[in-house]
Amino acid sequence: MKKTPIEFTLNGADTAVFVDAGANLLDVLRRGVGDLSPKYGCGQGTCGTCTVLVDGELRLSCLTLAESVTGSRVETTGGLQQGEEPHPLQTAFMEGFAAQCGYCTPGMLMAAKALLDRNPNPTRDEVVEAISGNLCRCTGYEPIVESILTAARRMNGSAV
Amino acid sequence: MSVTIETYNTIAEADAALGNDGCFIAGGTLVMRELNYALNTTGGAATTTTTSGSYASAGYTSSGYTNTGSIAAGNSHYSRVLRVNAPPREIRAQGDRVQIDAAVTMADVLASRDVEFLAPVARAVGGPAVRNMATVGGNLFAPHPYGDFATALLALQGEVHYANGRTQALDSFFLERDRAPLVASVSVRVPRHGEFRFRKVSRVKPKGVSVMSIAAWLPGAPSSLSQVRIAFGAMGPTPLRATAAEQALERATLDSHGIERALGVTTQGLSPVDDALASAWYRMEVAAVHLRRLLLNEEPGA
Repeated sequence: MKKTPIEFTLNGADTAVFVDAGANLLDVLRRGVGDLSPKYGCGQGTCGTCTVLVDGELRLSCLTLAESVTGSRVETTGGLQQGEEPHPLQTAFMEGFAAQCGYCTPGMLMAAKALLDRNPNPTRDEVVEAISGNLCRCTGYEPIVESILTAARRMNGSAV
Repeated sequence: MSVTIETYNTIAEADAALGNDGCFIAGGTLVMRELNYALNTTGGAATTTTTSGSYASAGYTSSGYTNTGSIAAGNSHYSRVLRVNAPPREIRAQGDRVQIDAAVTMADVLASRDVEFLAPVARAVGGPAVRNMATVGGNLFAPHPYGDFATALLALQGEVHYANGRTQALDSFFLERDRAPLVASVSVRVPRHGEFRFRKVSRVKPKGVSVMSIAAWLPGAPSSLSQVRIAFGAMGPTPLRATAAEQALERATLDSHGIERALGVTTQGLSPVDDALASAWYRMEVAAVHLRRLLLNEEPGA
């Protein structure tokens, strides 16, 4: 099968890879580039565990044609860590028991990051809406919502 | 199965190249589902659609902006996928109508003041990531039970404007969408404040696939209705108008007595199927209940 070269930045690093025609971005990230942080769940845009940011916009990588991200800025959970420190969202998720089996966590984290990037001080309803495209079958969502609100307060310098 | 990806600079170029074996992709929320299944690139279990009811086998499925290949999950007959680099994504007010480019996303609709009346509809489509990807043009071709946005466009006297310059009313478009050329934009009437209503009925909130969706344009509301248009989604292979109910509302008032006759004929012309979300029987039984709630602004349980 003919392969097509694409270039994009992945978590700030220049990335070039050959892709099969019709391949989705998730497959390219996991098999082509080796970033295993976005997960394969349903392959049809229902579960949200493959969620990434493309040019700052939340997207489902399983439904994104890989060739369409040429020249774009792709961010995954694998790039959330800030130096040696986990991202405040990751810390809040750990402390708040927001991950049980953990399969939804990468998508939840990216959905939360997209929210806090544009709205540093969200309401509870805004958090619920922000993760409404991400399914979790373990936690009942409450620890996730609370952890996102906790992270937002910490990032704003508020006492928790 | 193998496909080739072709990238064009304009929609007109893509339209000229489409052919009988081509499928156009924009946001990807419909076409990539098919490609993931057909190519099995994600290495997971087969992604057979569980919500498509029996319409798929009846040949009503479609692929995106256009369906020239009778595509169903696992049965893709196209060999070329066409895309356009940075297609236009504008929303233009034009007198009493507003024109929306096909590549406008649900998120774009939510951000636009020119189509504020469509914001509740766009908000009902998927979660935030889907709304960043799903396009107005794609929604016109969404197979059952999707297509909530197209249902609203039908109620608002929508027209499609093809890349070849032709214009077609949505009423007739839905009868032949599987043979439609590439859509460049759609336009709808701008309703007066309070004259447009939309309701999505789903089992999972805030995000869930439609058991049904209803859109109503109610000129003259609430005193003397005239030229009402009511459209149902997920109650047929495509969005359908409830013309008997529309006629029963002519010169009626928008109260429980005024809408009584319309509720009695709500399901005339609707043809839902059994699917994983609801049976056809259930949909027919509750259609009038949800139409009443929409027309009277009732909340469930009130």
